[in-house]
Amino acid sequence: MKKRLFALALTGVMTVGLLAGCGGGDTTPSGGSSPSGNGDATGGKVYYLNFKPEQDAQWQELAELYTQETGVEVTVLTAASGNYETTLKSEMAKTDAPTLFQVNGPVGLAAWKDYCYDLTGSKVAGELSSDEFALMDGDKMAGIGYVIETYGIIYNKALLEQAGYTADDIKSFDDLKKVAEDITARKDELGFSAFTSAGMDGSSDWRFKTHLANLPIYYEYKADGIDNTDAIKGTYLDNYRQIWDLYINNATCEPALLSTKTGDDAVAEFVTGQAVFYQNGTWAYNDVAELGDDNLGMLPIYIGVEGEDKQGLCTGTENYWCVNAKASEADIQATLDFMYWCVSSETGTKAMCGGEGAMPSGQAGMGFVIPFKGNLESTNPLVNIGNQYVADGYESVSWNFSTMPSEEWKNGVGSALTAYAADQTDEKWDAVVSAFVDGWASEAAAVNG
Amino acid sequence: MEKAIKRYFPIFLLPTLIAFTIGFIVPFIMGIWLSFCEFTTVTDATFVGLSNYIKAFQDPIFLHSFWYTALFAVVSLVVINVIAFAIALALTQKLRGTNIFRTVFFMPNLIGGIVLGYIWQLIFNGLLAPMATALNLNEWYGFWGLIILVAWQQIGYMMIIYIAGLQSIPGDVMEAAAIDGASGPQRLFKVTIPMMMPSITICTFLSVVNGFKLFDQNLSLTAGEPSKMSEMLALNIYNTFYGRTGWEGVGQAKAVVFFILVVAIGLIQLKATRSKEVQQ
Repeated sequence: MKKRLFALALTGVMTVGLLAGCGGGDTTPSGGSSPSGNGDATGGKVYYLNFKPEQDAQWQELAELYTQETGVEVTVLTAASGNYETTLKSEMAKTDAPTLFQVNGPVGLAAWKDYCYDLTGSKVAGELSSDEFALMDGDKMAGIGYVIETYGIIYNKALLEQAGYTADDIKSFDDLKKVAEDITARKDELGFSAFTSAGMDGSSDWRFKTHLANLPIYYEYKADGIDNTDAIKGTYLDNYRQIWDLYINNATCEPALLSTKTGDDAVAEFVTGQAVFYQNGTWAYNDVAELGDDNLGMLPIYIGVEGEDKQGLCTGTENYWCVNAKASEADIQATLDFMYWCVSSETGTKAMCGGEGAMPSGQAGMGFVIPFKGNLESTNPLVNIGNQYVADGYESVSWNFSTMPSEEWKNGVGSALTAYAADQTDEKWDAVVSAFVDGWASEAAAVNG
Repeated sequence: MEKAIKRYFPIFLLPTLIAFTIGFIVPFIMGIWLSFCEFTTVTDATFVGLSNYIKAFQDPIFLHSFWYTALFAVVSLVVINVIAFAIALALTQKLRGTNIFRTVFFMPNLIGGIVLGYIWQLIFNGLLAPMATALNLNEWYGFWGLIILVAWQQIGYMMIIYIAGLQSIPGDVMEAAAIDGASGPQRLFKVTIPMMMPSITICTFLSVVNGFKLFDQNLSLTAGEPSKMSEMLALNIYNTFYGRTGWEGVGQAKAVVFFILVVAIGLIQLKATRSKEVQQ
């Protein structure tokens, strides 16, 4: 009898373990619990799969507020950094799929276009400040950009002055090269380097294989009058090499060691005053804020192209909201209402644009610039620097990296850049060119074919 | 008692069976089906026939990964088993503190692969930095780095299996061999190793299969750098699946090929070592 009881108990434990395992899956979407249970009378609910981990807390709070205000259930799940596509693929296969998700531009859209609801004529589309922030798939408005970001070379004003220069001395690639090489020559005397390490570790390599690579692509598209291509020519790759040479040979570490340097290393070097220049964007403000707002500046990334004295910062978006077309009618409507509320209501716009204390709970807001009519002035100094460039008549560089054919292409260019950094020969540069030009053609063929 | 077991067997069997079906059989069958499909999400696929397999075999990196992985599996198999066996022999002698040694050697096995990869990456790069180079600049640095890593991780585990095997060899056999005048090496090769064949079968099987399946350590130590030259099969499959739009099915096809390969090698290896096992 005793034995039988023991066996039963064991079985019980096993069964409980099994059920717990199954139950776990359902509880993954965190936060956004609804006081009214399963949504309101119309039955629609919102499930947002968020791309930006740094804004998770704000989205959770916003979701809760919306539920309190309207009774519509909003669930926000944030994918881990670098795992958005992976998470999206598995979440979309579920019965309760995300109703609101993100793509990064035309290439991301290609994968998900069957899932994108046509936003033409929706209330949220009407709020857009310009049509260029809509992501079109033919005549269909498949996505809406919800945040505009800007990147360039962030610099430490105090250190630059210590080296005897100001931002006014840097108006072209030649100026930048002169300043950087001068700082390198006097490195021991000054006690700092020109550039932070151009880390090619996975946490930082996108700054070069994606963001820096945008510049030669931008100029080529501009020269050819196109906005997308299946075969890049690499007209401006010599300029790409110039700027890359400058970055790696005037940095805090030996070029051969770049493959081991991380994004955190670069941030640490910048905030501790070991380097003057740090290539990154407005989203990095919180990382570098401790240098003080007045001490931060941002320069355009000059690569030595004719007429670059009018070149501004790189501004664009790779964050497009898409509504899941395969969700139920009620859920789609609830999602559209939620998006509209986010970009038009006072609470929503304050949360999205505001800085310190902008959330009702007193937390910092998301600090975005949003391409909607309700956009508020930003408290992020890097954003304001970007706006100043536009106001002063500089031409912003658009974000063309969303037309890069695949992740494989970026990885190929990144690997080639790393190898070149360690051994700066023409032969190794040819490998970069090959990854850039031939890789583009073969990846475009692989994806389309 | 026997009656009770017969009566209650569904209660014992069902939970595991359900878990196995949900967690293994269903995904496995779906996986095979998806390898013939083009899809974005796994529940929404269109049949495309064999084109995924054709693309998979046309991928030069996949073929490179294949022989790189095979070489890795063979080298790690030899390194791990020879060292593990030697340590097991040493730690079954009458030494002081054998338990402490066994515990210490086993401990690396308790650390997860990803963590190990990052820790060893720091160590290797620290060693390579004075020579102005780094682990992910050369595929053979990555190769030997991985060998050292998995050896460090798995030797302790295999050692425990070998120790158990060594302890189960009856003392009288060894004694008889000694009395008959067999020398140390003779006793090792003619008595101990034949008697140890069951343990050797298990350990070689585990290390070959682990070598082929290696993923975490590869991802965190080299991530396939430089230019995918240190990318092993499992990582290649993963990168194919997520690297390009529309190539999910190709990744799936590679996974099926990979499965068949690992099963075939595992079975051949089991057969080869099994046939050498002796009856005690």
